[in-house]
Amino acid sequence: MVAAKKLMKGTAARMGVMKRVQLVFKAKANKALDKMEDPRETLDYSYQRQLELLTKVRRGVADVATSRKRVELQMNQLQQQANKLEDQARKALGMGREDLARSALERKASAQSQLNDLQAQYAQLQAEEEKLTVASQRLQAKVDAFRTRKETIKATYTAAEAQTRINEAFTGISEEMGDVGMAIQRAEDKTAQMQARAGAIDELMASGALDDAVGGDRRDDIQNELDMMSASSDVERELSRLKGEITAGAPKQLEGGANGNSQAAPQAPQSQGQGQGTQYAPPPPEQGQGTQPTQQAQPVPASDLPAEPQDREGS
Amino acid sequence: MIVRILGEGQFDIDDAATSELNRLDTQLEAAVNRNDAAAFTAALQGLLDQVRAQGSPLPVDSLEESDLILPPQDASMDEVRRMLTDEGLIPG
Repeated sequence: MVAAKKLMKGTAARMGVMKRVQLVFKAKANKALDKMEDPRETLDYSYQRQLELLTKVRRGVADVATSRKRVELQMNQLQQQANKLEDQARKALGMGREDLARSALERKASAQSQLNDLQAQYAQLQAEEEKLTVASQRLQAKVDAFRTRKETIKATYTAAEAQTRINEAFTGISEEMGDVGMAIQRAEDKTAQMQARAGAIDELMASGALDDAVGGDRRDDIQNELDMMSASSDVERELSRLKGEITAGAPKQLEGGANGNSQAAPQAPQSQGQGQGTQYAPPPPEQGQGTQPTQQAQPVPASDLPAEPQDREGS
Repeated sequence: MIVRILGEGQFDIDDAATSELNRLDTQLEAAVNRNDAAAFTAALQGLLDQVRAQGSPLPVDSLEESDLILPPQDASMDEVRRMLTDEGLIPG
């Protein structure tokens, strides 16, 4: 090792990066080799280390996969959040509240930028996972080859004769082990960085800055305002209906009057449309029909009712 | 001559390709020394392309030692610097 270091320093200018890196790897192998007294012990010891490393790479693959799944989960949550905020903005605009729509879109932009960041991380983790998987397969092939060679050497040669062959096999495999070890180290570093960022995003979502209503019944302020507006417009509608009843004195003029006989025809296509996409139900039918007991016979089938929150959670 | 690209594998490459590799390697080293990230990326990419194009991959179960070792595709200049000066970067 010391010799190699000296060599590296002395000839670095002429050697270039490729040779210097190779010497660093070689120095590592030589150092381990020097520790062994019986060359054949080296084989068993090295094989043990190889198996340990294999286990470590496989665990590394699993760790990276776990991180990737966590990022994936966060991406889904953020996507839902962005969709929901856009819905809210659309509704707010429909109610003439541009200020509210703007506020919803600002939050959407923030969620979207987190999402873009996560997408980049996701791609990186996927690449690391792929690399480690390939590395583990390559190492497995080399470990198998080493085991075969080890048995041959042990069976065929005396300790003294075996030395050269052992050195070759050992140096070859330890270069691979250094390579794989470095790959694991890099993957671990990247994963740790991303876990820190994922934690930060979790905190951000929990703080409500991205208006996290995904996981609970806690309603956010934009939704509250929309609900209040919607409720007050229902009240207005009721009011004008009642006023209409009083001034006209004839309930047959109302929309409910026409419903009495031909209910099924106009209602059917409407309820189909609701079932498919519309998130928010129009005013419940009872409002216009409270005074007409016969209407109870024609409720909209449950299957046609808009499935409220579940639809969007699943998307 | 056997060249390893870290994280990728080993390639058997004709000695005739050595001069081109050395030329790129000198550029790589110079870029690291003067901390020039753009030149570093270009030189490293050039080296890797050259090895992949000229070399034939060694069988996956070979146990041969490499003559030259190249940093991984996505290595940063800082990582390469540590690879050269600090053996701690290579575990085990």
